[in-house]
Amino acid sequence: MSQDDTSIATPLPELEGLTGAFYGFCKDGELRFQRCSDCGSWRHVPREMCADCGSWSWEWERSSGRGTIFTWTVVVRALHPAFQDACPYAPVVIEMEEGVRILSEITDCPPDELEIDQPVEVVFEDASEDVTLPKFRRVAS
Amino acid sequence: MSEEACIVGIGETAYMRKPGSGMSLLGLQLQAAVRAIEDAGLTGQQIDGIMPFPNLGHAEGFAANLGCRNLRFQSIIWMGGAAPVASLRVAAAAVGRGLADYVLIPAGWNGYSGARARQTVSEDVSSLPGGAIARDFYLPFGFTAPPQWYSVIARRHMHEFGTRAEQLGCIAVAMRKHAQRNPNAVMNGRPLTLEDYLASPMLADPYRVFDCCLETDGAAAVVVTTAERARDLGKEPVFIMGAASGQPCPADEITNRKDIFETGLSLAAPEAFGQAGISPRDVDFAQIYDCFTFEVLQQLEEAGFCKRGEGGAFVEGGRIELGGELPVNTHGGLLSEAHVLGMNHIVEAVRQLRGDAGERQVAGAEIGVVTGWGDFGDGSIAILRRA
Repeated sequence: MSQDDTSIATPLPELEGLTGAFYGFCKDGELRFQRCSDCGSWRHVPREMCADCGSWSWEWERSSGRGTIFTWTVVVRALHPAFQDACPYAPVVIEMEEGVRILSEITDCPPDELEIDQPVEVVFEDASEDVTLPKFRRVAS
Repeated sequence: MSEEACIVGIGETAYMRKPGSGMSLLGLQLQAAVRAIEDAGLTGQQIDGIMPFPNLGHAEGFAANLGCRNLRFQSIIWMGGAAPVASLRVAAAAVGRGLADYVLIPAGWNGYSGARARQTVSEDVSSLPGGAIARDFYLPFGFTAPPQWYSVIARRHMHEFGTRAEQLGCIAVAMRKHAQRNPNAVMNGRPLTLEDYLASPMLADPYRVFDCCLETDGAAAVVVTTAERARDLGKEPVFIMGAASGQPCPADEITNRKDIFETGLSLAAPEAFGQAGISPRDVDFAQIYDCFTFEVLQQLEEAGFCKRGEGGAFVEGGRIELGGELPVNTHGGLLSEAHVLGMNHIVEAVRQLRGDAGERQVAGAEIGVVTGWGDFGDGSIAILRRA
């Protein structure tokens, strides 16, 4: 690996608008998703309107932070230079108790131990001074 | 479609990796375009509609070089690899309504010698499917590129339906076999066995290297016009019996669909077959957008060639090989011919329906299907028939 490769920063979210609000809660140690005030449906990623009922009314509601592993991939060969040192690593889709799914990773689980339906709970990991990412760890079923 | 439109011209460049085309992005596509225009018996000046591939060209640049005297129709369909077939549908509608007489659809890139296909996405956020969503919710977790995005769906399919690596391998092997009968295929002369496939290194588990399409330089193009004009050209046309495109809901985020296996094709295929008035059983061959092996399996299911969950068994036993029940990607596809953004699939379908496919001709081919797949599962399909 060349020095150039290692100097490429990990991509981070831009903290604007609804995305900024989502990650702002993460920084405070809270996982919150939008929930429609009219039909009650939860949503992720952040949206302006409820795709189920068309309502513009919603609130950032606190998630239980618990979910199960829905699916994953194991990146053996990085296709972005910032992740070359991380291989192998596993982006994981987690299905939350509220029904929404979120793309993240499991901090305490080697890729070869991942299992569909494994219960997990949210933990927060600082990625920079400004950005905290929601990640997950295994819990007993 | 009430008045059938048709494809009257096809053109391709050589497909290559090392040392690359040595041509500009526009020059490469123009070479294919000129061949398609000549094949149709037209001149560049007569082209009055152009539908470039998203992010790979502007109609004005093509028109200025071709000398188009009256470019009165242009449009870009922002559906990634689903764009060429989706463009075919819009071009058919455009000539049917008199918005243009002759529509050129070009596509191509220096996918090997220029920006490699694998890098395009991670280095150019403006071309990311899903745009800011991918930037803000995928990339920070290293979920950066198509084989990673799609392989999570493949794993879920394996979990729910018992789909196996060997079955994905059957797809890679079939495409490679077909490439042995195609001198313009990059993988011509390089056969692949199931053992080779299983021994290839993992890239984004469950995707191995041989589950992934090639990165190549090359371009292809077609010309669309009305049946009436086709008769005057004295060229045997290939008719567009039905064409549709669709997007899953939501299209800009791949993990939160209520039905995780829904694609744009799931919605578009019934529409296209309805227009054509035929069923998948009537189809003689299918050119299926094969960015990765599992996407072929999934599209065969979602297009209705088999039931959902049965794709694994469907691709086994040579069924999708030349001589099988439904030959798929008779040119070798993106996996073994070249990655020409699916435009090479349309060209091959036309060639088959003209009876010009040489060693790989599907005997008696009368009806063929072409699909496109792009971004986070956008889909398109065209059903073509010979004159």
